[in-house]
Amino acid sequence: MQLDELYRRVIMDHYQRPRNRGKLDGHDGIQIELNNPTCGDRIELQLKLDDGRVEAIRFDGEGCSISLASASMMTEAVKGKDVQEALELAQHFYQLVQGHPPDGVDLGDLEALHGVSKFPARIKCATLAWKAMEQALRETAQGNAGK
Amino acid sequence: MNEDVRRQFPILAQEVNGHRLVYLDNAATSQKPQAVIDAIRHYYEAYNSNVHRGVHTLGNKATEAYEGAREEVRRFINARHASEIVFNRGTTAGLNLVARGLAEQWIRSGDEILITQMEHHSNLIPWQQAAKRAGAVLKYVPLQADGTIQLDDVERMMSPRTKVVAMAHVSNVLGTVHPIREIAAIAHRHGAVMVVDGAQSVPHMPVDVQELDCDFLAFSGHKMLGPTGIGVLYGKLEWLKRLEPVEFGGEMIDFVELYDSTWKEPPWKFEGGTPNIAGAIGLAAAVRFLESLGMEAVHRHEQQLVNYALERLRKVEGIELYGPKERAGIVTFNLAGIHPHDVATVLDTEGVAVRAGHHCAQPLMKWLGVTATARASFYLYNTEEDVDRLVEALIRAKEFFGHAIG
Repeated sequence: MQLDELYRRVIMDHYQRPRNRGKLDGHDGIQIELNNPTCGDRIELQLKLDDGRVEAIRFDGEGCSISLASASMMTEAVKGKDVQEALELAQHFYQLVQGHPPDGVDLGDLEALHGVSKFPARIKCATLAWKAMEQALRETAQGNAGK
Repeated sequence: MNEDVRRQFPILAQEVNGHRLVYLDNAATSQKPQAVIDAIRHYYEAYNSNVHRGVHTLGNKATEAYEGAREEVRRFINARHASEIVFNRGTTAGLNLVARGLAEQWIRSGDEILITQMEHHSNLIPWQQAAKRAGAVLKYVPLQADGTIQLDDVERMMSPRTKVVAMAHVSNVLGTVHPIREIAAIAHRHGAVMVVDGAQSVPHMPVDVQELDCDFLAFSGHKMLGPTGIGVLYGKLEWLKRLEPVEFGGEMIDFVELYDSTWKEPPWKFEGGTPNIAGAIGLAAAVRFLESLGMEAVHRHEQQLVNYALERLRKVEGIELYGPKERAGIVTFNLAGIHPHDVATVLDTEGVAVRAGHHCAQPLMKWLGVTATARASFYLYNTEEDVDRLVEALIRAKEFFGHAIG
């Protein structure tokens, strides 16, 4: 088991210089807070849809390098995607970190997180932000359906 | 403790990630000596049978071993009677039984329950629930900056309404050792019951319930070289007689009629259903193992180790150590700028097993102002070399993250 397999350069870069960290200005979208109760990691996610696409997304919170880097990479990955694409990407990401990378799908930088699959205790760290994103999109979809 | 002791733990002989295993997660669970593994195996191979009801030979043997285990545990904590030893699943089960029973039979609306903010969740949530059930008020003894409490504060928190004082003997995070004998005396002077979470003390130091004069003491077999799924609730006989059982069924009854039943005497009235017979036998083997070394010697060994560890760790740049100077064999810490999960992962690649997280003590984490910490906890088979390996691995973690980040 090599540390470099887990802590790839691109992951450490996102950990060190997180993208889309903080709060949205004059936020009128949806906000989700999720915790990982086993380790105390916490993520706050703000997300705004425009015409069914993720127009703006920001995260904040506390956590280990894997959870924060994964959150940062997630925000980059879903920005501009429509709800369906973002939800599908989340499924592909879960497969990746559980050691079953989806066939024929290019996950770009996210693939750097595949090493997490060899560290079972850390899979939840990697998926926390993605679960928050999924929940945010589903709640938004429900909210819209109710309108 | 020497190499001969260590050799009796087969699991410690292995390599993890190419390094000799250094197991420093003993506050979570301990490893098992061959004698314990053999005792369990022998039970299943030679006399597995249910207890207290067989007329046949195996049934008698199993009953003898199970009740023999009770007597060995009695001797180990110096209880007056074997009937004061209730076998159950573990500390959590014991504390829940006491909290539930006292909430129904002892605590009244407007009464007070006194605990501390450094309790393990298993000695905190049962009291939250008991307070809700009985309409009582949960109160907290204030903590000093170093994670100790002061007897004056305990005294000051007592009132005529205080019915229960519940406290860990040793904090599972800070290693703080509370003066239970003095606290029990205060509790009793005010007419309160003293309940002790002994999960982190009974495995590591001599514990004499008559000397402590606590009313209840709960602990777990798996943290003291025994198997998982077996634990002990000690209760003074008058209290065990008074408390109602919380589980009803086979094994715990005297007479069952259509509309009412009567219970056996303690401890059996608290042991409904087929008990963990193999667990009790394994625990008795663990007790004999500990007694053969002597609890004084075990304690001394861990004191030397923790002092050595504190001395070495203090010199690691960027480390923050939590907890008092005088403590049990537990060291909780953080490395500046590195999340404890990342620390634990790096340590694991070096073959060093520690715990990272909130250690089932979220209110304490809040008090410390952190979301998580790393924790190294020692036992009789650990050595100074293990401490050295821990320190080396921490330096490696700093290098790795310093390099990766810088």
